[in-house]
Amino acid sequence: MATASTSLESRVSLDRRIKDFTFTTFLSVSIVASLAFIFYIIYRLYNNAGFLLSWDLVTFFPSYDIDTAGFQSSIMGSIWVVGFATLFAVPIGVMTALYLEEFAGKRNRFTALLELNIQNLAGVPAVVFGLIGLAFIARGPLSWGFTVGSAAIVLAMLILPVIIIITREAIRAVPPSYKEGALALGATHWQAVSKLVIPSAVPGTATGTILAVSRAIGESAPLLLLGALSFVTFNPTGLDSGFTILPLAIFKYASDSREEFQVLASAGSLILLAILFAMNLFAILLRDYTLRKRNI
Amino acid sequence: MSTTAQSGRAGMSLAPSTHLRRRNLIQLLITKLMASATLVSVLVTVGIVLSLIPTTFRLLREITTQIFGTVWAPLFTPSQYGMAPLLTGTFIIVSIAMVIAIPIGLASAIFLSDYATFNLRRIVKPILEILAGIPTVVLGLFGLYVVNPEFVEKYWPIGEPLAYTALGAGLMTGILIIPIIASVADDALSSVPRAMREAAYALGATRREVATKVVLNAGLSGVVAALILAFARAFGETTIALMVAGSYPKLSANPGDPMQTMASFIGFAGIGDAEVGSSAYNTIFLVGTVLFTVTLVLNILGNRFIARFREVYE
Repeated sequence: MATASTSLESRVSLDRRIKDFTFTTFLSVSIVASLAFIFYIIYRLYNNAGFLLSWDLVTFFPSYDIDTAGFQSSIMGSIWVVGFATLFAVPIGVMTALYLEEFAGKRNRFTALLELNIQNLAGVPAVVFGLIGLAFIARGPLSWGFTVGSAAIVLAMLILPVIIIITREAIRAVPPSYKEGALALGATHWQAVSKLVIPSAVPGTATGTILAVSRAIGESAPLLLLGALSFVTFNPTGLDSGFTILPLAIFKYASDSREEFQVLASAGSLILLAILFAMNLFAILLRDYTLRKRNI
Repeated sequence: MSTTAQSGRAGMSLAPSTHLRRRNLIQLLITKLMASATLVSVLVTVGIVLSLIPTTFRLLREITTQIFGTVWAPLFTPSQYGMAPLLTGTFIIVSIAMVIAIPIGLASAIFLSDYATFNLRRIVKPILEILAGIPTVVLGLFGLYVVNPEFVEKYWPIGEPLAYTALGAGLMTGILIIPIIASVADDALSSVPRAMREAAYALGATRREVATKVVLNAGLSGVVAALILAFARAFGETTIALMVAGSYPKLSANPGDPMQTMASFIGFAGIGDAEVGSSAYNTIFLVGTVLFTVTLVLNILGNRFIARFREVYE
């Protein structure tokens, strides 16, 4: 019996096998291309500005003299602005998520509307948050000017929906039996939530928050409208202080036509990427650690 | 003794101690506090709408049909408010981005859901997340320093591309949205039940046939959602367009030319401290309204499609 010895594989016609092979190749090339692209960007940036990397770059202030130019005020500005944005957004985001998941009761028209609102807020272009900041916070009713406080509120609005969505997922991942056990023993709903649900949801929320915060650090568009694209040679001292941020310091050097400043922009990008990769790595390790702990 | 008195006041058969009453009060206060926290997100949306609408209508009443003109120069005197250059600039850059991102993003999604082993997936997914996390200012820098001079200027056949090109901005925006398409579409394809794949294999389908004829069809609403959400993201992208395509609103069909998108106009006009009531101030809110409305519609549509595949498979 000749057919008995042929493998299953060979009964698929040549034509279909060629198509399959081509398709697999296409998929592999696509995925390799998008992954290789990350390394290519880093390679080109490093090639351009690697020689500049030193602590001076982090400790010097911006300057029109390439030898003494650095990013200190913008790094500090980013830390201040994003730090306060996180401080504003996380409590409100976590409370909103807890309310929707634990206390809102049955799905009704109000919660449905709230969910729709949060989902759509997450999709609003970043630059639009700059517009509300300009209209109401930096100018208009509040008139706080182009300060750390205005910028922090704008970024807080930007990351709020992300934090809500992520926290809800983390809360949903907590087995309901934890809470049910506590309720059966006579705990109030809040006791069950605060002692069992919240602690179990902390790692997931933390992972998500780190990712949201790293997005805020890289965000440049909304703060273009809040005067952050300026030459700032001092570190912020408070919420009412002027500021610039690392992405916009890069932007500013990049728009200078002199080549040495373009090198400086590349060097700033390397610093920014290093900060974000460190945060991403931490978030991924935290998630892996939590998953492993839960699986045991 | 006192407990009975309290229970009488509380009107309950079980006698709650002060301790028990306190924890009920805490529960009530906390619930109220959380309910009010939810209002913040509502307030943000209301704030966005309130910041956009009045200024937009004031300006629209002033310029009326000028908006259909073909020259966009609101910051010059005399001002011209024809939005056509911004619309074509946005359309061309977003189209290039989608042309780049759809095949690569979908291929990545299919690879992750149907071809990658568990371990390979565990490596590839975080790297894709890193790609998603690259700041737009870095992508813009790469477009400006590498893509424009080394690729567009050298190889683009039409006209003479200079430092700023829509093509470069489109390519970099495409790279920005690849991870969005890949991750949303992968979620959809991965939630297609195993049994459907196995049934197709049992009928003699090859792996490609299973992936493209069964899985892709079954997860189609999720794939559509991925494309819509990615489109919305590209549409609102500011920094890349501003850095790579420049800030000259040229009405042109040649991607080798500099162009301005709606979002990059807002970024550009907002850089100078726009005085309240100045035409720069007013026009960024006008353009912001268009941007907000279009992305809102796209997002509602995209989330509808996501809800649909969740309903079917989860």
